[in-house]
Amino acid sequence: MSLGVSAIGQGLLYGLIGLGLFLTFRVLDFPDMTVEGTFPFGAAVAVSAITHGISPIVATLLATGAGMLAGLATGLLTTKGRIPVLLAGILVMTGLFSINLRIMGRANLSLLHQANLFQESFLKDLPPYFNSVVIGLVVAVVVVGLLILFLNTQLGQGFIAAGDNPNMARSLGIDPDHQMVLGLMVGNGLVGLAGGLLAQNNGYADVNMGIGVIVIGLAAIIIGEVVFGELTLSQRLVAVILGSILYRFVLLVVLALGFNADDLKLISAVVLAIAIMVPQIDHQLRLRRVLQKGVQVHG
Amino acid sequence: MAELILDHVTVNVPVATEVKTLLQNVTLTVKNGDFVTVLGHNGAGKSTLFNAITGDLPVSGGTVTLAGKKLNGQRPEQRARHIARVFQDPKMGTAPRMTVAENLLLASHRGQRLSLRSRGLNAQKDRLKELAAKTGNGLAEALDKPTEQLSGGQRQALSLLMATMREPDLLLLDEHTAALDPHTSQSIMMLTNEIVSNQDLTCLMITHQVEDALRYGTRLIVLDAGQVVADFDRKRKAALTRDDVLAFFS
Repeated sequence: MSLGVSAIGQGLLYGLIGLGLFLTFRVLDFPDMTVEGTFPFGAAVAVSAITHGISPIVATLLATGAGMLAGLATGLLTTKGRIPVLLAGILVMTGLFSINLRIMGRANLSLLHQANLFQESFLKDLPPYFNSVVIGLVVAVVVVGLLILFLNTQLGQGFIAAGDNPNMARSLGIDPDHQMVLGLMVGNGLVGLAGGLLAQNNGYADVNMGIGVIVIGLAAIIIGEVVFGELTLSQRLVAVILGSILYRFVLLVVLALGFNADDLKLISAVVLAIAIMVPQIDHQLRLRRVLQKGVQVHG
Repeated sequence: MAELILDHVTVNVPVATEVKTLLQNVTLTVKNGDFVTVLGHNGAGKSTLFNAITGDLPVSGGTVTLAGKKLNGQRPEQRARHIARVFQDPKMGTAPRMTVAENLLLASHRGQRLSLRSRGLNAQKDRLKELAAKTGNGLAEALDKPTEQLSGGQRQALSLLMATMREPDLLLLDEHTAALDPHTSQSIMMLTNEIVSNQDLTCLMITHQVEDALRYGTRLIVLDAGQVVADFDRKRKAALTRDDVLAFFS
């Protein structure tokens, strides 16, 4: 029971990474490597801020802002410096490793005996792990809601068009470079927020916690797509969150099968690779229908 | 006055170790409401002429002026406010995963600063449907379909609407019917002619269809080796025959 609750809470919080990556990977159409640095960056900023006596809410907002700065760095490197976006992301990610060490002063910083968002008084009476579900749910609903609103504004439509057909966007007077910087900032802001929240939930920040984060985010996106199929753009954002939760349950099953926690990164990569290949295998095996059935029965 | 003036425009591009001249000292004045058809061999400089006007290629010498304003130094996105373009490839002018209505709505803001106001899709639906119905090829019924599901003809008709719904000072048509079958090509040409004459647009149209170049437009120019080698006004164009024009291609 509590394992399942914990998986839902973690899935909601990790889902923010999926949402951030959705903007770059699905709307703008490139994988943003920056997130592997942004996630621990957000964590380091939030945890350091809290240990310096800043309130958890402000610390969480600072983590979001830090993530946006990281996205800005990648965006400027690729649009002004003309560095290919994949490499720009790797450069920022690498640079952030040192910055994260500087911020924390060491490789791992604990929140032991410190206040954090998950220990706010209104969450005190809940059963174990429900605090992460409540906060995860509130944040996910707010973020998904704001993204849906944004994508339906004039600017949001221009943003989508810039990813869909940059030449057409340019011919309508929309600068695709500006939209790319915007997407990277918002996307990494969400990943920084996820880092800040998950560090508080786990009770520590670690410089190595970013490794494999892009795989986790992409898995949320792709599992959501494979399971739920054709959706509107707004529905797809919700599917990312649900995909993230499903992914947590996949990991639970894998651990229950007797795999070691050390194997998780390999398993994550395998799960993502399979999920990406499903649409191609689908033609032959009609696998999607089987998966959808499975979800309907159990969910 | 949406007058287009090219004054001694030269375009050079570096190719490997040498410099290639794509447009050589071109001087051309297109008057308000002129509908100019542009003919020429492949590589004669037709698309380069368009790219020099839109700013996609920098000019090495000379000035480009539109409606009294010098365009040199303006980025393509800035010029988009005044210049609309339809490309040969129907995929170029529309966003494939966005619906027809979304594409049209976006084009209605061409050249404007996009705000955080709601796009107001539902409020505009009737107006967009009416506009799409002008094409007479089922576009109005496909308003909520992603444009990647449209036929080439529907997509090109949509591109044309998007280029003209917010009236441009200059419309550039870059072989916009070349990728279509003959029947569809004719219906798009007729739609083009209707829009250009109804809105009295200033327009340049590149084409390889000699018949279209003769039938449509108020003026015909021929490019060769980066220069304007012939220029027929309405009167002289009317007297031109297919053979007269083909003589330029021999």
